[in-house]
Amino acid sequence: MDLFSLELLPPLLSGLKVTLLITMYSTLVALALSFVAGFARLSRFRVISGTAAVYVELFRGTSLLVQLFWMYFALPILLDIRIPAMTAAVIAIGLNYGAYGSEVVRSTIAAVPKGQVEASIALNFTPFQRMKNIILPQAWAMMLPSFGNLQIELLKGTSLVYLITLTDLTYQGMMLRTYDISQTTAIFTWILILYYAAATLLTYVIRLAERKAAVGRG
Amino acid sequence: MSQNIKNFSAEPIVRYRNVTKVFDQRVVLKRLDLDIMPGEKIALIGPSGSGKTTIARLLMTLEQPTSGTIEVNGELLWHMQHKGKLITANEKHLHRMRSSIGMVFQHFNLFPHMTILRNVMEALVHVRKIPKPQAQQRALELLQQVGLQDHIKKYPAQLSGGQKQRVAIARALVMEPKILLFDEVTSALDPELVGEVLDVIKGIAEKKDTAMLLITHEMDFAREIADRILFTDGGVIVEQGTPEQIFENPQSPRLQAFLTRFLKERQYGLASETAAAGAE
Repeated sequence: MDLFSLELLPPLLSGLKVTLLITMYSTLVALALSFVAGFARLSRFRVISGTAAVYVELFRGTSLLVQLFWMYFALPILLDIRIPAMTAAVIAIGLNYGAYGSEVVRSTIAAVPKGQVEASIALNFTPFQRMKNIILPQAWAMMLPSFGNLQIELLKGTSLVYLITLTDLTYQGMMLRTYDISQTTAIFTWILILYYAAATLLTYVIRLAERKAAVGRG
Repeated sequence: MSQNIKNFSAEPIVRYRNVTKVFDQRVVLKRLDLDIMPGEKIALIGPSGSGKTTIARLLMTLEQPTSGTIEVNGELLWHMQHKGKLITANEKHLHRMRSSIGMVFQHFNLFPHMTILRNVMEALVHVRKIPKPQAQQRALELLQQVGLQDHIKKYPAQLSGGQKQRVAIARALVMEPKILLFDEVTSALDPELVGEVLDVIKGIAEKKDTAMLLITHEMDFAREIADRILFTDGGVIVEQGTPEQIFENPQSPRLQAFLTRFLKERQYGLASETAAAGAE
């Protein structure tokens, strides 16, 4: 048995492509939702902060797998529509990680020292400028390490999408296994390596962003 | 009630009328009346928690008065007319009013993610809408004035406390406020760095016709630069007058006790400060 049998690689790489695509799209959705819901939670209007709080608790409090099933199987029946598996996956994963991300946004914005806000009021910045020029750049530097964690979690979380018929890296592995069960160890070794490589790449990108955001505070 | 020595002929630039501030049922400022004349240098002295800082924070719009009014340039700061009624000012009104007020903080509050130069330029560019080259020119002049022209590319974390505070002063000055508030600006500094900051403030006090409200524990400094000194205790102005009146001839027992304690502290240095605090 060859642990690194190269003939396994082409189908696995095509699976990896799907995994990375889903990761990319759902990261964008999650990031957008993190900021929308994170800011909403800080709103002084109860309706807005309350709605955001319900969203966050709902999606953190239930499992991603159930959310995927719900989005792909239950919701189409309920609304009598068809949702492509890819769309369902991106929405479900984006909503789930957006809920976690919004807590990061909320808590880091709240963690910027009060003196920073006061100094920007004293310099007569508008509320929007205070947020954009003073608070967000400092909160962003604090967000990145947590976002990095979530990003890797998200990447690995995409392995669930094979349960709603998507041919991602994990699915390809499972399929290869049904052709030749004796290759099981080799297949899963390759899958480990490929996930690890993808995670390392993402970590590296986030590190770069972290370094850029931390200028002046070294 | 004004006991100014200088002849300030114009109208007061700031007028506190019957201003009360309550935090969680604790009255920190009680029915304050205070006029500040254009260009006047006022020092606020008094024990911690006597309401000094609140006086400045209300004017900087960092706190809202519980009752009473504050006028700046003859216009209400915290209130505005709306359909014939006085209502709490909105952000737009506060934004307009704030343009004549500046503040320097105890803990500097420099923006850590910006270079020194950008700290000083940022509001010129975004608030005053001055084109970048001119804003940079103005910022450089101010940084030169506080002796930091060689540090403009550094970040706040690379400076000493005294240097940080001088940047903060330049940052406030560059906006050309008519009233500049100094909230215990040397209290967070190591003793050997206090002098450089006080020197910069003295320079401004001599050169500029900006009105200044200085909350300070530096009595010699207050005496040297202030036209008028206010002694606050328990949320009220207990006594006010010229530096001579306050230091040579204090009237109220509370001011006398405060000054005696201060003199003792100076005599015995820091060691007795803790002892004095413990003895109270």
